Amino acid sequence: MSNRFLLAAVSILAAAGAARLDAQSPRPAAPYSLLSAEGRRTVSAASVGDQDLLRLDELAQVLKLTVREDRAARALTIARGTNVVVLSLDQGLASIGGRIFALSAAPVRDGTRWLIAPDAVSRALAPIAGVRMDVRKASRLIVLGDLRVPRITVQQEPGGPPTRVAIEIAPRAAYSIVQEPRRLLVRFDADALDLGPISAGGGLVESVTAADPLTLAVALDRDFGTFRAATVPVDAASSRLVIELTAAGSSPLSGSVRPQAVPPGAPPGQPAPQQPAAAARPPEAPAALPVSQPPGVRTIVIDPGHGGDEQGTQGAGGVLEKDLVLDVARRLRSVLDSRLGVRVLLTRDDDRVVPHDERASIANNNKADLFISLHANASPNRSARGAEVFYLSLDGLGADARRMADSPESKPVPVLGGGSRDIDLILWDMAQARHLSESAAFAVLVEEELRRRVEMSPNPVQQAPFRVLVAANMPAVLVEMGFLSNPEQEAQLVSDEFKNRVVQSLFDAIVRYRGRVEAQAASRLP
Amino acid sequence: MAVSTRAVALTLITAAAIGAGTWGTLRFLNRPARSPAAVAPASARQPDAGRRIKATLHYVAPDGLRLAASERDVMYAEGASEQAKRIVEALLEPAPGGLSSAIPPGTALRGLFVGERGDAYVDFNGNLRTNHPGGSASEILTVYAIVSALTVNLPAITSVQILIEGHEVDTLAGHVDLRRPLPNAPQWAEKGSS
Repeated sequence: MSNRFLLAAVSILAAAGAARLDAQSPRPAAPYSLLSAEGRRTVSAASVGDQDLLRLDELAQVLKLTVREDRAARALTIARGTNVVVLSLDQGLASIGGRIFALSAAPVRDGTRWLIAPDAVSRALAPIAGVRMDVRKASRLIVLGDLRVPRITVQQEPGGPPTRVAIEIAPRAAYSIVQEPRRLLVRFDADALDLGPISAGGGLVESVTAADPLTLAVALDRDFGTFRAATVPVDAASSRLVIELTAAGSSPLSGSVRPQAVPPGAPPGQPAPQQPAAAARPPEAPAALPVSQPPGVRTIVIDPGHGGDEQGTQGAGGVLEKDLVLDVARRLRSVLDSRLGVRVLLTRDDDRVVPHDERASIANNNKADLFISLHANASPNRSARGAEVFYLSLDGLGADARRMADSPESKPVPVLGGGSRDIDLILWDMAQARHLSESAAFAVLVEEELRRRVEMSPNPVQQAPFRVLVAANMPAVLVEMGFLSNPEQEAQLVSDEFKNRVVQSLFDAIVRYRGRVEAQAASRLP
Repeated sequence: MAVSTRAVALTLITAAAIGAGTWGTLRFLNRPARSPAAVAPASARQPDAGRRIKATLHYVAPDGLRLAASERDVMYAEGASEQAKRIVEALLEPAPGGLSSAIPPGTALRGLFVGERGDAYVDFNGNLRTNHPGGSASEILTVYAIVSALTVNLPAITSVQILIEGHEVDTLAGHVDLRRPLPNAPQWAEKGSS
């Protein structure tokens, strides 16, 4: 009854008549990419005049829609369950639940298939599919769901010195900058990047390219000396990252980046609690050495275990450890971002293999103050259950690691401008050894907070020679949230309630640990 | 005649003595060398071919979180390396009643070498990794079932490195660092079971 009314309404409006695109033949066009939590796929496209059109059957397959042509009413009826949208075949009009709205073009028949305008995807299909769909014509991209896919455009400002590169980020996304020999890596905390035009080169910048799906690489001229970065708000949704570079031997940077530098991902206007080493250098400081920071918890690295082909364990019901821990990691990041104002980095934000050493290096290179590796457990006995918290045991690392734990070696190194400065020499594989007591203290706090909200194993805090913890040069723990091999626990682990309990526990443990660190620092003041 | 009879008797006695001495010497030289294992022969009177020792092997305890010890008969072998192989092969056999094996199905021993410093290098086929169910608890139990099998039964072996298809590996299932020989860690065994 209702559908018949909608068809009639659309037909009447269509009768007003307008130029129909199907008077012209569609020509093949470059496909669109559809990004979803399941990955990336292409959606075939065509064009009529300057109007892009997308294959409806391919979209319907992704969104599980049924499509029916009503020849009498000259309309397409598209449904998912009880949700229905009717598209007029004569004019760019659609109707959902009695509400009629305009589209940029009517559907066009291409042989046996239908093509629809991009705005029909977000305005007509998304509401009945119950999912958000963001269609970006400029980048030929459709973002499905709540994936974070900022549009990135790069523009090098003319003139200089200093060389200044502006990176527009819309919507805003946290980022980190890591300096490597002859390049800066700008890594965005996102699910994917919508990479727009890049216009850079000249001065101290050789090029700006995509190093991987989430990272821009700024290749540096051999004369490059130092850099600093600042985030400038553009509007409510987007921001601009300005990276200013100066040549070696030239005057140090002194506040020429405007406005005040903010930490990656922090709200504009907040001073940077911790910046990349080179960026944090005050003019009078010796070059190439980071400024020491007072103790605190400013940067936290969350490590969702496994990923890609390394799936981790699998529950009897099919739940994959790699997916579960990534979900919890993202939730924890969101809570820490919004409520604690610390810089939070994930070692992976998608489904990919990340080598153990790379996980540690992300934490070490970003001078993280805490490293939390998230996992889900399995046992040959399906009755095993409960959460466990691990910190590193030195089994197998030998006497060197134990000596390192007791007293790290310090060596004087010369610095520019004369003199020397003591730095700690730390072997990569023994970095965690000197943080064991703090790791143990943090593990106990995590266990105490978890115990308040979830079931613990009979062995709640343990030490083990875990590979991912060995090279972390900061307090580090590995949290096993529960046993996926236990069918009852598997059902708990995938529930929002359980995940949020784990996230709240970790959040509270981090807050308590931060208090402990600050109290220790205060007690050392004269 | 009398002289002749005495000479013959002396010759026979001397020959018998030499024969007995030679036989004894050969028996001594061919005796089974004492194993470095701190294990006792199941039966000192059994011939070497069927000789067995008692070894303590570890399996998954009923709680699924720790290892439980079980005494098993293992074929006797000469030398630490050969005896270590027999012990690992016994560990790969089905678990005794009430316990389950910590070793993934299809796992086979490819080789075993004992270094001068007491480090044992145990090389398994790829099934040890590909058939592993994952999870840190499972992985810990697998690793320390192997490590304890050698370090508990053979005092000459102090640490064990697990190899897969002849190569060093980072981990079996993403958790335990296997890049170096691991000493035994008795905390993974049930209290009083090791």
